Amino acid sequence: MLAAEQIEGVEATRTGLFPDLMWLVPLLPALSFLVILFFGKRFPDKGHGVGILAIGIAFFLSLAGFIDLITGAETVEKHWVWFELETLELTFGMNYDFLTGLMFVVVTFISLLVQIYSTGYMLDDERYTWFYAALSLFTASMLLLVTADNLIMMLVGWEGVGLCSYFLIGHYWEEKPNSSAAIKAFITTRVGDVGFMFGIFALFILAGTFNITEINHLAEEGEIAGAGLTIAALLLFCGAIGKSAQFPLHVWLPDAMAGPTPVSALIHAATMVVAGIYLVARLFPVFEFASGGVPLEVVGVIAAITMLIAAFLALIQDDIKRVLAYSTISQLAYMFAGLAVGVFTAGMFHLLTHAVFKALLFLGAGSVIHAVHSNNMSDMGGLRKYMPATFRTYIIGSLALAGIFPLAGFFSKDEIIGGALRAGIDGTRATAWIVFGSALITAFITALYSARMCIKTFWGEYRGHGHPHESPGSMTSPLWVLGGLTLVVGFLGFPVIGVFKYWIFAEGEVAHGFEPLYNVVLPVITVGGALIAFFLAYKWFYRNEWRFDFRKTSFGWMYGFAERKYYLDDLYLGGIVKPIQYPLAAAAYWANQHVIDGIVDGTARGTVGAASGTYRADQGVVDFGVNGAAGLTNFSGGLLRYIQSGNVQRYAAVLFASVAVFVAVFAFA
Amino acid sequence: MSWVDDWGLSLATFLPALGVVILMFLPNRESLVKITGTAFAGLALIAGILCAVRFDYSRGDQIQLEVDSTWIETIGARYHVGADGMSLPLLLLSVLVCFLCMVYMWWHIPEPGKPKAFFALVLLLETGMNGTFVALDLILFFIFFELVLVPMYFMIGIWGGPDRDYASVKFFLYTLFGSIFMLLGFLALWIHSGAETFDIIALRESTAGASELFQNLVFLGLFLGFAIKVPMWPFHTWLPDAHTEAPTVGSVLLAAVLLKMGTYGFIRIALPILPDAAVTFAPVIGILAVIGIIWGSLCCFAQTDLKRLIAFSSVGHMGFVMLGIATLTDTGINGAIFGMVAHGLITGMLFFLAGSIHERYHTREIAALGGVLKQIPRFGSVFSFAAIASLGLPGLAGFWGEMLALLGAYQPAPGLNVELFRVLMVIGGIGTVLTAGYLLWTVQRVNLGTVPDKFASGKGIFDVERLEWTAWVPLLLLIVVAGFYPALLTNVTADAVGGLAGIFGA
Repeated sequence: MLAAEQIEGVEATRTGLFPDLMWLVPLLPALSFLVILFFGKRFPDKGHGVGILAIGIAFFLSLAGFIDLITGAETVEKHWVWFELETLELTFGMNYDFLTGLMFVVVTFISLLVQIYSTGYMLDDERYTWFYAALSLFTASMLLLVTADNLIMMLVGWEGVGLCSYFLIGHYWEEKPNSSAAIKAFITTRVGDVGFMFGIFALFILAGTFNITEINHLAEEGEIAGAGLTIAALLLFCGAIGKSAQFPLHVWLPDAMAGPTPVSALIHAATMVVAGIYLVARLFPVFEFASGGVPLEVVGVIAAITMLIAAFLALIQDDIKRVLAYSTISQLAYMFAGLAVGVFTAGMFHLLTHAVFKALLFLGAGSVIHAVHSNNMSDMGGLRKYMPATFRTYIIGSLALAGIFPLAGFFSKDEIIGGALRAGIDGTRATAWIVFGSALITAFITALYSARMCIKTFWGEYRGHGHPHESPGSMTSPLWVLGGLTLVVGFLGFPVIGVFKYWIFAEGEVAHGFEPLYNVVLPVITVGGALIAFFLAYKWFYRNEWRFDFRKTSFGWMYGFAERKYYLDDLYLGGIVKPIQYPLAAAAYWANQHVIDGIVDGTARGTVGAASGTYRADQGVVDFGVNGAAGLTNFSGGLLRYIQSGNVQRYAAVLFASVAVFVAVFAFA
Repeated sequence: MSWVDDWGLSLATFLPALGVVILMFLPNRESLVKITGTAFAGLALIAGILCAVRFDYSRGDQIQLEVDSTWIETIGARYHVGADGMSLPLLLLSVLVCFLCMVYMWWHIPEPGKPKAFFALVLLLETGMNGTFVALDLILFFIFFELVLVPMYFMIGIWGGPDRDYASVKFFLYTLFGSIFMLLGFLALWIHSGAETFDIIALRESTAGASELFQNLVFLGLFLGFAIKVPMWPFHTWLPDAHTEAPTVGSVLLAAVLLKMGTYGFIRIALPILPDAAVTFAPVIGILAVIGIIWGSLCCFAQTDLKRLIAFSSVGHMGFVMLGIATLTDTGINGAIFGMVAHGLITGMLFFLAGSIHERYHTREIAALGGVLKQIPRFGSVFSFAAIASLGLPGLAGFWGEMLALLGAYQPAPGLNVELFRVLMVIGGIGTVLTAGYLLWTVQRVNLGTVPDKFASGKGIFDVERLEWTAWVPLLLLIVVAGFYPALLTNVTADAVGGLAGIFGA
């Protein structure tokens, strides 16, 4: 057994060439957005060439930059003043280190594949050019998010990706449910974003800066600490909960599947939804050092709840994209769990592997949907005969998701489960056992729903209409690329020899050597569990041996509970959205018109009444030959008659004249 | 160019008025009227730009381009105009939006026509608005402040919608009502100075030793005048009526510039002259501001008329501006000015769009519309863009005002109740979610979906016209530029606001 070693990162020995050029990486898709938006329709290819070219260059730059880093180039941080007030300075800057470098590679790579894939998938789309413009804007925003050197800039990228997500979820906005799903995604995440923004404020007031490196440094040194820092961390985590679709704000992601499938692969699986994980990772010292890691305990509990409830829901969906959506929610929770139990490296490694195999699964599902013109697995079946390429790659992705050795998902998931176990044994996190238990059960359910999904899609008899066919090369080639990567990328995180841990790690994190408990016993349990799950799925969904209606058993209420998505949607819609839209808004408006404005109108009416009363009294009581007061009242009473007669122009003329007289009196008195 | 230092602000203010006089003597030929009116608004715009060129941004906290000459000697009122970093952006906003309105009016003048009168009134309005932002004498300020009532009154009363009589009188009387208290406040300040000066700068010293009661009473008077103009909850009910009935350019000018006269009054007059009272009143202002944010947003959900919805959204947005001012902090007040300019650009744009929708579909009923983006994609895109800008998306102009105001509320000026302001901040934050909600819902109902059968023929429904682009592109560009390069505005305001916030120790 090898001793545990404190991780030492790659030593920076030289100034790199590429890290200095990294500002180009977000800029390229930003420029291609503008070009496609304004000139895209004039291109014979309707704009996709510009998008693919820009993102292609950005990808190779990102790759070159990352290789530069891992071979010893220095990281880069530079910034300029964005704006300055007396009490506040905000910079516009970039931070290019290993974490950003990794995210750059992931984001540009998946974007590139999705853009290539979309030339086939979106071919006949009415808004093809706009689609590419929005994809480019999304990529630019996402890259801005992960390279921002300060929290406000990050927020700009953060909301930018949210906006593009809104656009693309609602891409088919002729149908109301699609645009409603887009709004739901935007508003739900914005609820979290408000917390995020307040967290930024809290950190700014504590630290006096928005700069992320400085804030982390202050948190590590203990210069900022206490309840304030804990609250700040929890507020930041609110943003992460929204963006990364964690309980209780996860409800938008399944609905987000209304968007085109390539979008789901890029935004709602591989990149945007990991922004929350990136946020926690980027500000890890804040979470780790605030009150001895209390925020991480909260992260752990949320992750434990989310991974389990989402996995259960993935088990009962008929829509293949919704299976993947709930699966994504569940896998994102694994990443949070990794960060929470202190295996930072494993959490980020799972981000990488998940991006690859989940993008593969989504693009595969897109290929299937493209062939059968339906999202529902009840309209599929037997497709392995019709679409061999999609089938093979899809199986690779599913096995990775289920955590089968040696595919990508196996290493990253097992490291997280192992990390939770270790944290439980060592007692470093109070909630580690909860995370461990939940992660273990979830791993089993994950294998079960993966198998169910594959069986229902690819085995049995075809149940749909028409003739399914394999997708064109533009769509299958990205599948093969991702499938190949899924086979090999896990080895970056292989115990002892894997190099990933030298790239991405938290300050002070410990690299464990080969320990049988974590490297043999646990994997045997998880892989064994997955195989049992496969067997159960085979009996249950392939052989249909257990033909019972779960709903009619004594656990039927649980099924109903899950079927209603734990009533969260009903709660939000019925308890918040609808009451605001109708009774609350109507009540406010009623009060506005009848109470507040009623007072205004009442005052006016009262004045008119009093004045005409005065006038009548004056006419009846006072002899109008005697004094000039009558004349004055006559004037004012007459004035008020104008209101009643509706002759407002004359009225205003009189008023204006009086103001003029008033001013003149002042001027020449 | 040194003549600009002496004449620039006066030219920007009075060139439009000169235009009114010249228009009066012109024959009633539409093209001639249009050229003349636009020319004078253009001259005022040039004067404003020249002022901006001559302005020394490194001394933004000082009054520049100043003219101070005798006017009404008996009472000590002087013709004192000048600009610092707080007034310059608003002056520029005003000259720009007025010019763009002129351009838009080439495209369209509402019923019952009468272009000569219409152009003249807009020019008169411009003189009042520009004058308000450069006046440094209370009497001068008051005259300009009241001057705008007259043209706006006629614009609503003659060119307005079906309920124009009610709306115009309400607008006039309500604002006048507030002005009376404001004037009383001005007079009290004058008397307190020994009946010597109405000078806004000089009065700062004379109130230093004033009693608390005096300060508070005077502040209350000014508060009523300004709060009605802003308008703050619960003095806002004139606004939806005025906006709903006003012709398009009337609504644009009302939202883009007129409302800012109230918020400007707070930071130019009320806060610096009566700082102690400002600290006393700040919690009240803050509370009313966030009530306005929530109230305005909720009322938006209940609207069926697009224009009225935008009007109510103004109540919410101006709530953020007032919250920023109420924090009495550097960040908060900078946010407030940013919010004023951003709201001017964005809501001005939205009112243009509402007007142009009405020109095309002859209705503003949200329920009757649909699929605008489908039918006229460019127009629909601009509409979506403006709505997204209005919900305060980071990277566009609307964000900075809200963010800085809320940041100010997180840590208000010393002497203010931190817990209270944090509660206000949280409620304001909820307001941003509601704002996003009603705007996206509106976009969904108006812009998305399919085209209703009624409009399916597409007769009379055309995409953005050239003149519309001319009027709108500057606004759209500024929304983006101010969003990405906020220093464009903060470079102007930072010093001046820093000086003001310095009074409150933050």
